[in-house]
Amino acid sequence: MVTEMMVLLAKVVFIFALCIGAVPFCVWFERRGSAWMQGRLGPNRLGPFGLFQLVADMIKFFFKESFIPQNSHKFLYLLAPAIALVPPMAAIASIPFCSEIHLVNLNVGVLLILAFTGLEIYPIILSGWASNNKYSMLGALRASSQLISYEISMSMALLSMLLVYGTFDLTEIIRYQQEHHWGVLLNPLAALIFWVATYAETNRLPFDLAEGDSEIVAGYHLEYGAMKFAIFFMSEYVAMIMVSAFLVTLFFGGYALLPGMSWVVSASGKAFLLPVFELFSFFLKVAFFMFLFVWVRWSLPRFRFDQLMHLGWNILFPLSLANLLLMGAVAYFLR
Amino acid sequence: MSTGNIKTTNVSRPYTWKERLYLLTIPKGFLVTLRYFIRGFFLRKSNTISYPEERRNYSERFRGMHFISLDENKLENCTACYLCQTVCPAKCITITAEERDPKENPVGVAKEKRPKAFDIDALRCCFCGMCEEACPKDAIKMSRNYELAVHTREMAMYDLKHLSREVKNRG
Repeated sequence: MVTEMMVLLAKVVFIFALCIGAVPFCVWFERRGSAWMQGRLGPNRLGPFGLFQLVADMIKFFFKESFIPQNSHKFLYLLAPAIALVPPMAAIASIPFCSEIHLVNLNVGVLLILAFTGLEIYPIILSGWASNNKYSMLGALRASSQLISYEISMSMALLSMLLVYGTFDLTEIIRYQQEHHWGVLLNPLAALIFWVATYAETNRLPFDLAEGDSEIVAGYHLEYGAMKFAIFFMSEYVAMIMVSAFLVTLFFGGYALLPGMSWVVSASGKAFLLPVFELFSFFLKVAFFMFLFVWVRWSLPRFRFDQLMHLGWNILFPLSLANLLLMGAVAYFLR
Repeated sequence: MSTGNIKTTNVSRPYTWKERLYLLTIPKGFLVTLRYFIRGFFLRKSNTISYPEERRNYSERFRGMHFISLDENKLENCTACYLCQTVCPAKCITITAEERDPKENPVGVAKEKRPKAFDIDALRCCFCGMCEEACPKDAIKMSRNYELAVHTREMAMYDLKHLSREVKNRG
């Protein structure tokens, strides 16, 4: 009993440390990457390559005044950032990192992740409503309508892949991809729809209407400062890592070795190298999609809200539905 | 004015199917940002400079803060002719003339008149350079110094002593 609890605690600490440790690098890359793409230098003063800038930022966040607006709903105002980090972290825990590290091994892993991505909307709505600010409210409304619209096409794309894999278990999905082909080769359209939907799910550009700086200042977290804002900020990045990992698991073979790595492992003849290389290839794949997040953000302009809804309901939704029917037929006749 | 008979024509270019599809055109944008990313990340090039440590080298003709040139005897070249004060469109130059003490004047008649006070209000100055153009003695000139920030308004009033310090940038 005690050892079980210890293992559980170790898992929680591991996931927490992983997410909190990865976010500063993502933010650093966001800032310096954007600078490079725009011909600027970016934060390069503190530490090697400006990496310690984020330490300084964190210290600043910790020591800033914790401020609560007068007419806000105090309990919900404080509840929103408190639960903001939970859904993306819980979802990350159920994704296998390599064949040895799989923290929450459920046979319905896909459903668990979908459930937690659905929960991501609650902190946003709570913060928008509890702040008692028109801009926050507008941002929360935009975020919720956007999340609901894109969650449908995302789930449709996901379903079409589940028809192929025939399982909800993420480890089984990866094994199928190892034995056959990566999901993106089996169904590139679903991969594309899913990829586009992840940007809307995480409120990233070109779909960052929820924080549209030029219209509604900062959207749902406008009234938040200090560490409460930092938590929203972190949860955004953890959600990005989570959807990247989910996308990689579903369509890009998860921890399946990158081409050429299996040759290195078999040539060395050491069995313990396999999980290391698996972890490494998983990390590389997720890192590539994180880079893509930054790349897309600094390349594409923001959509207008009606264009966003048009893309979600008139294009992606019928496309994903047709794709689902097609994949259903294919899976039925080929099996 | 009747609006009934006016025919309006839509002259905007219709989108081609490639532009409508959007997916074919965004890689072009991606390639542009990728090129700049590689330029910044691998080649370490940027269009900006770290200002206080690096400075831009402006043109020789740059019009910065004024100074009054001196001759080899450390006497200012200005003969208080008031041409710069007259031509100044912003009226920022105020000169008071006096006769130079003959004992301190080795060049004689060429410099027997001198400015007793030569004040420039840098906050009024528009840096048009017309004072420099008007000066018959090349006395008032503009340096390449563009760092003119001061703490109070009074500090931006420059007098003869400040203006006639030696400036190396432009002679």
